Amino acid sequence: MYFKFDEEKPLYLQIAQQIEDAILQGIYKPGDQIPSTTEVSKDYRINPATVLKGMNILVNKNLIEKKRGLGMFVTQDSQTEILENRQTNFYTDYVLDTVKRAQELNINLNELQNLIKKGYENE
Amino acid sequence: MSKIQIIDINKSYGKKHVLKNINLTFEENKIYGLLGRNGAGKSTLMNLISNREFPTNGEITLNGEVVTENEKALSQIYLSSEKSLFNHDAKIKRIFKTAESYYGSFNWKLAIEMIEKFDVDINSKFGKLSTGYSSITKLIIALCIPAKFIFLDEPILGLDANHRDLFYEFLIETYQEQPRTFVVATHIIEEMEKLFEHIIIIKDGMVIDDVDLDELLNSCAIIEGSGSIIDNFTKDLDVYYESKVIGMKRIYAKNFPSISDAPDGINIRRMNLQEYFVGRTN
Repeated sequence: MYFKFDEEKPLYLQIAQQIEDAILQGIYKPGDQIPSTTEVSKDYRINPATVLKGMNILVNKNLIEKKRGLGMFVTQDSQTEILENRQTNFYTDYVLDTVKRAQELNINLNELQNLIKKGYENE
Repeated sequence: MSKIQIIDINKSYGKKHVLKNINLTFEENKIYGLLGRNGAGKSTLMNLISNREFPTNGEITLNGEVVTENEKALSQIYLSSEKSLFNHDAKIKRIFKTAESYYGSFNWKLAIEMIEKFDVDINSKFGKLSTGYSSITKLIIALCIPAKFIFLDEPILGLDANHRDLFYEFLIETYQEQPRTFVVATHIIEEMEKLFEHIIIIKDGMVIDDVDLDELLNSCAIIEGSGSIIDNFTKDLDVYYESKVIGMKRIYAKNFPSISDAPDGINIRRMNLQEYFVGRTN
């Protein structure tokens, strides 16, 4: 995997989110080791405290676990948990924004529904 | 916990009061960004900490002991600055050996790695080096001596983009292998932001910010908009700077609750450290 950072969010949150993305996409499977704080920090020239803060968010959510002396590993149910969590947040994270943008462009509900349908058919 | 404390420091040159009532603590194993415009007092502060100059009043301590003419304390504090104290006729390898004998040890493994990666000719005389290679030589010493508190004053002067990136990599690597405190004074804020954990900003000889970087940026926002919409939205905010961009107002706010939904016509975004700094010190 690779990381891509922007300025929209704190760096530690972006680190947490991008590792989550990788778990969701199956790049890291349950039991897999994820890159160490040392590696991420060195490769991206980021203060180790920042990287650790990002990793700790995932540890606290039980998505990764620390094995002493070995590193960080993906927990069993992490992929499902991330999926369910993101499904729950889909409405606030994406739908509201899409509706707002549609309204700015005078796209009504019917037209938006058709666009969504078209999007699905193109998949 | 090892720490350097700066207690009620003032420094004047004749009538010029360059540092005013400075109180700061540098904790162990942290990377600090020390920021300020030209002439703000950064270099003077670092010169005082490393005993190259002495305060007009106030004191500086390492673990409670005053550092002034205290050799034990000073062996734990290293300042690398533009004005170097090296013999200009000495070859680079001689300078490294002198540093080793003065500080008691030298990380030759790291030094050799840096010499190779930066392509340093250790038989060159220090005085004949370009600005870039003079900076590189000083960085190698700063990273390879065993001091616990390393102050770097404009460390990347004259370094090209590749060499700057290489320095950041070495800095992180050695910091992880052997944690210690780095205090970096720089104008290259955008590039070095990711390396910092804590930020100190000096303006006109005074410390105006001494804060954890995440905490700082999480509580600030840039708000853009025009007319009465922006005026109404920002009238109760802690605005510390504003500018105009293509007819719109750009407001820099501190203590901003959280970047949530903006009303129509208002754009709110997170700022980076350079944006914060420019507004704060303009």
